[in-house]
Amino acid sequence: MKYVIAIIKPHKLESVKAELEKEEVHLMTVVDALGCGRQKGVTEVYRGVKEVGNLLRKVKLEIAVNDNFLDRTIGAITRGAGEGEIGDGKIFVFDLKDCIRIRTGERGNEAIG
Amino acid sequence: MINYTDTAWMLVATAMVMVMTPTLAFFYGGLVRKKNVLSVLMQTIVILSVVSIQWILFGYSLAFGPDVGGVIGNLSYAAFQGVGMNPIEGQTIPHQLFAAFQMMFAVITPALIVGAFVERIKFSGFLVFTILWTTLIYDPMAHWVWAAGGWLMGLGALDFAGGTVIHILAGVSALVMALLLGKRKGLAAGPSPHNLPLAVLGAGFLWFGWFGFNAGSALSVGPVTVSAFINTNTAAAAAAVTWMVLDWIENKVPTMLGVITGLVAGLVAITPAAGYVTPLSSMIIGAVGSIFGFIFVSKVKPKFGYDDSLDVFGVHGVAGIVGALLTGIFATKSINPAGNDGLLYGNPGQLLVQALAVGVAILFAAAGTFIIYKVVDFVIGMRVDDRSEYMGLDLTQHHESGYTLME
Repeated sequence: MKYVIAIIKPHKLESVKAELEKEEVHLMTVVDALGCGRQKGVTEVYRGVKEVGNLLRKVKLEIAVNDNFLDRTIGAITRGAGEGEIGDGKIFVFDLKDCIRIRTGERGNEAIG
Repeated sequence: MINYTDTAWMLVATAMVMVMTPTLAFFYGGLVRKKNVLSVLMQTIVILSVVSIQWILFGYSLAFGPDVGGVIGNLSYAAFQGVGMNPIEGQTIPHQLFAAFQMMFAVITPALIVGAFVERIKFSGFLVFTILWTTLIYDPMAHWVWAAGGWLMGLGALDFAGGTVIHILAGVSALVMALLLGKRKGLAAGPSPHNLPLAVLGAGFLWFGWFGFNAGSALSVGPVTVSAFINTNTAAAAAAVTWMVLDWIENKVPTMLGVITGLVAGLVAITPAAGYVTPLSSMIIGAVGSIFGFIFVSKVKPKFGYDDSLDVFGVHGVAGIVGALLTGIFATKSINPAGNDGLLYGNPGQLLVQALAVGVAILFAAAGTFIIYKVVDFVIGMRVDDRSEYMGLDLTQHHESGYTLME
């Protein structure tokens, strides 16, 4: 089991979700986030004073998958979120120790899907 | 002769109509996605500022200056020269106060159109469009309907507080703008309305301001003022209830967004009729305005797929047309001897005159807006690029954001 965290542009959420649907990945958690990577934020003006380097709005996707779904998930996020520009985001993959569905008490692979 | 009671009321009414524009900003601002809230507030407040200046410099003179051939005023009132404290003929308030009251109408009309082009318009293009539209569309139309010598006034069209000049003109122009600009992008990704309570606040204070708008249009204090006041409230109430019931039947649930949309439709529908009809008639006018608004917003718009984003045409255009026509049916001299009788009171000709005024407003607004749009689009550009649209106009057009995520 793997735990996938992806940081993407907010306006790409729609297309990422569509790509994930195609790969039959339906379960995910989505979080509003702020962040800045290599594009170093944007410029804002406050009463005429420029402020550089503010954090940009991002969306964080968290998806738990079984091993055989990992490449399909990464592929879908890459296709959906990529514009070929700085700021497209990153994907992090973790090993997942366990997963428990609270309602039934199922554990592991069965609980994920 | 100046009447000081009338003057005191008209000062208050003018301030009430002024408040409608920032109020409209909140109504519209609450309905868009949060990345665009400031851009909408900005556009609306800037219209208040820019048109106030335009009006004093030459707008008032074009609209209400001495008539040239029934179509436009001349420039003898430019910069408010000769617009002083003596009342104009037939009025009891200072000329300058009348001009100020009319200024607030000139302000709110282009502000209404904002709802059609939110979330995708370029600020510079918007600014030039607004100045041209106010000068070339609003000012002449106000002259035709309201100024001494205006050709539609000569025909006897009844428009108590600006159903034709304001709501039909703004509504039709909004539809043309929405068609020319095209749809917004990425709508499914961002939830809108992003702040419905803000929109409810806006709608509530629009209702309040509309007393100044309609009852103020009597330009004095008297029986007609009171008629307009009570009719305004009645139509808004009837329209809100009507929309709620339609929502309940059609969508199986009564909604807050539906109720505020309905009440605005009712306020629009009663505007041309406010000082000419009985309270019972105003209830019917509000309800019918709401029904037609509902049909356009929930049936016609989805069917044709145009992105009149905040339903300026569906609410202001459609309810404005309904109100203007119903004025020709329900108007009665028993309420306002200076008005006329409508179809129900034995004067079918009035309905024809109303229909003519409506037709003129539709054609003039559609053609004029089309031309102004094309010119501004060619010279400056009207729509932001895709990236700016996705990021939101607050950040890309104004380098500000309405809300912070943390802190």
